[in-house]
Amino acid sequence: MAGLEGRMTYEENPVSLAEAPVRRLNMIEAINDALDIMMERDPNVVVMGEDVGYFGGVFRATAGLQKKHGKTRVFDTPISECGIIGVAVGMGAYGLRPVPEIQFADYIYPGLDQLVSEAARLRYRSAGEFIAPMTVRSPFGGGIFGGQTHSQSPEALFTHVSGIKTVIPSTPYDAKGLLIAAIEDNDPVIFFEPKRIYNGPFNGYYDKPVEPWAKHDNSEVPEGYYSIPLGKARIVRPGQAFTVLTYGTMVHVAAAVCAENGVDAEIIDLRTLVPLDIETVEKSVEKTGKCLIVHEATRTCGFGAELSALVQERCFYHLEAPIERVTGFDTPYPHSLEWAYFPGPVRIGEAIDRLMKA
Amino acid sequence: MSGTARGNLPPLALYVPEPKFRPGDKVDYSHLEISVAGDQPRPDEQCAAAQTHPLCLDLVRVLDDGHRAVGPWDPKLDGDTLRRMLRTMALTRAFDDRMYRGQRQGKTSFYMKCTGEEATSVAPAMALADDDMVFPSYRQQGILIARGYPIVEMINQIYSNRADKLKGRQLPIMYSAREASFFTISGNLATQYPQAVGWAMASAIKGDTRIAATWIGEGSTAEGDFHSAMTFAAVYNAPVIFNVVNNQWAISSFSGFAGAERTTFAARAIGYGIAGIRVDGNDPLAVFAATQWAANRARSNAGPTLIEHFTYRAEGHSTSDDPGQYRSAHEREEWPLGDPINRLKLHLIALGEWSEEQQAEMDRELVEQVKAATKEAEKNGILGHGLHHPFRTMFEDVFEELPWHLKEQSEQAIHERQVKWPDWKDA
Repeated sequence: MAGLEGRMTYEENPVSLAEAPVRRLNMIEAINDALDIMMERDPNVVVMGEDVGYFGGVFRATAGLQKKHGKTRVFDTPISECGIIGVAVGMGAYGLRPVPEIQFADYIYPGLDQLVSEAARLRYRSAGEFIAPMTVRSPFGGGIFGGQTHSQSPEALFTHVSGIKTVIPSTPYDAKGLLIAAIEDNDPVIFFEPKRIYNGPFNGYYDKPVEPWAKHDNSEVPEGYYSIPLGKARIVRPGQAFTVLTYGTMVHVAAAVCAENGVDAEIIDLRTLVPLDIETVEKSVEKTGKCLIVHEATRTCGFGAELSALVQERCFYHLEAPIERVTGFDTPYPHSLEWAYFPGPVRIGEAIDRLMKA
Repeated sequence: MSGTARGNLPPLALYVPEPKFRPGDKVDYSHLEISVAGDQPRPDEQCAAAQTHPLCLDLVRVLDDGHRAVGPWDPKLDGDTLRRMLRTMALTRAFDDRMYRGQRQGKTSFYMKCTGEEATSVAPAMALADDDMVFPSYRQQGILIARGYPIVEMINQIYSNRADKLKGRQLPIMYSAREASFFTISGNLATQYPQAVGWAMASAIKGDTRIAATWIGEGSTAEGDFHSAMTFAAVYNAPVIFNVVNNQWAISSFSGFAGAERTTFAARAIGYGIAGIRVDGNDPLAVFAATQWAANRARSNAGPTLIEHFTYRAEGHSTSDDPGQYRSAHEREEWPLGDPINRLKLHLIALGEWSEEQQAEMDRELVEQVKAATKEAEKNGILGHGLHHPFRTMFEDVFEELPWHLKEQSEQAIHERQVKWPDWKDA
């Protein structure tokens, strides 16, 4: 059970974690497990999306679910994101708990009006008469040579909207616990799955062999039900030199670069962007006095801008250096120059240098 | 910049639709094909969708020029039901008149009447079961009134006062009434269409018996949501009724900007392979019969139906609109399908079930009823006069629980109030 100790400090489901048998799963398997468990526990959970039924999804996240739970609870949909989200709003109004999949985050835009104007505001505009308890799962992020339509990280579009929660896991363990919490949540949740790390924790060195999840501590996933509360960050590694605020794929990249540079960084995986675990962020920056923000999404008005503003507003008198922000560039995600776009070890390393010299 | 000539090919020309009549024009509706009442066949409710498709290019009508109900679509309603329908439509109109005046008197910010379109909401509401879920657009106040929802509550919402169940958050008339199986009205157009399909799919998943019905204006059929909804409904054979209220005008854009010059709106059903009916929207009996047909079809797992209600928006789009700027005032007078309330009244009189005197007496009663409800609602305040919901409610219901950032912002907002009015306390 090496590695579980760290997780146990976060007050999550002490009973099941201590006693449940543990398997090593990759992220896809962990997500599939979460869906399966929630479909068993709650007859109102339905899973739908393009290719998710018989086939089990292009990334296999829903494999076997239709066979087990029947095709009126797990089914394919027309290629219409507006329809998928719109229909999910209506199902939520009926009393179901839909878990639609948008095949790639890049395809979510036709459903944006239904998310932003409808799902996000249903509770508010009806004063609680109607809610949208849906979890929209969608693979996001690059690093798989997906070109500009299979690589985007549009999380900031959703964190900007009042009434939506945005959740991004970075390990199989978290993916399962957070997805279960998201499905149980009575507010609409955008659940972005970093597809670069579906099969292994990517360290940023695209030219080196990929380490599979099986070799990573956080691939130990307890069987059965457990949930990780939304709005709670995870301290991946405690440290003194500076604080790293990051999420998704970049948790692993940042951790690898910090280790390689031999710096004693405190790495925080935010896990939920809205609502943000501001307490953990503040506590860490006040301790270290320095802050590095890392995300893969484009820079301007990215979620890093919000993080930077919050740290500046709340921790200014503890800061010993300018806040560093490492992001993707403000271009579409290029196909052939993918790794020039990606905020990899060089970009992160230089930011670390500046922080350490400050 | 002029185009480059290529050989002897004619230059392309962009066609921009133009309505037939503009302000001051004489109006002649002789180009409209008005079917003879009673002539339209009524297929079996379980029929193949294609069997309804001729009806998409026709116009289902029941009331003839002599005010009699004729043909296979006559729903054969008894006198009491007809009087109830008449009264509900008349109450809707009396309500509209009063609320319109209230807005002009500064009691609220905004109002939308449904004058001339009362049949398209009241008659369907009467043909549906009271617990069938409706996903309306913004001009179906007749549904709430038909379902017996208290008009005082509607006025509270319109005034955004301290008794408004929606806590003063929504633009007037964007009601939500779960207990009346009436979905929260958005204000963003067409979004309710796929939502209604989703609700209907959920009802089918659960083996329920309730169906869904939704309304949209002809203008917003141009939205992508319309296509998504029709596709999903067709794919899953969802138990849903799609109503397109074709009132000819989307603010200042005539129906030609939604494609009406090429085909009917009911004909959209043909492309999706679902049942479709085009109905005289000012004929309450035809509207009732079409809805009843579609409801029976949906309830027996025979699938969705698209109903186009061919009608006319007799007034402006809203209190913010001045239709005199873009259309001829004669359109309303010349409209060949008449007025739904008048037509039902004449039908009842022709049946010997009603009289002009009774109509006048009923109208007087309804004016008093609305007046009394208005007075009652005004005790709870009118917009902008302080009697709103407690200040803190502004931050509630964004999420189920108040997250830290909204808590901080709520404290800031309360602080601002106290700076401005030192003695202020939240209710």
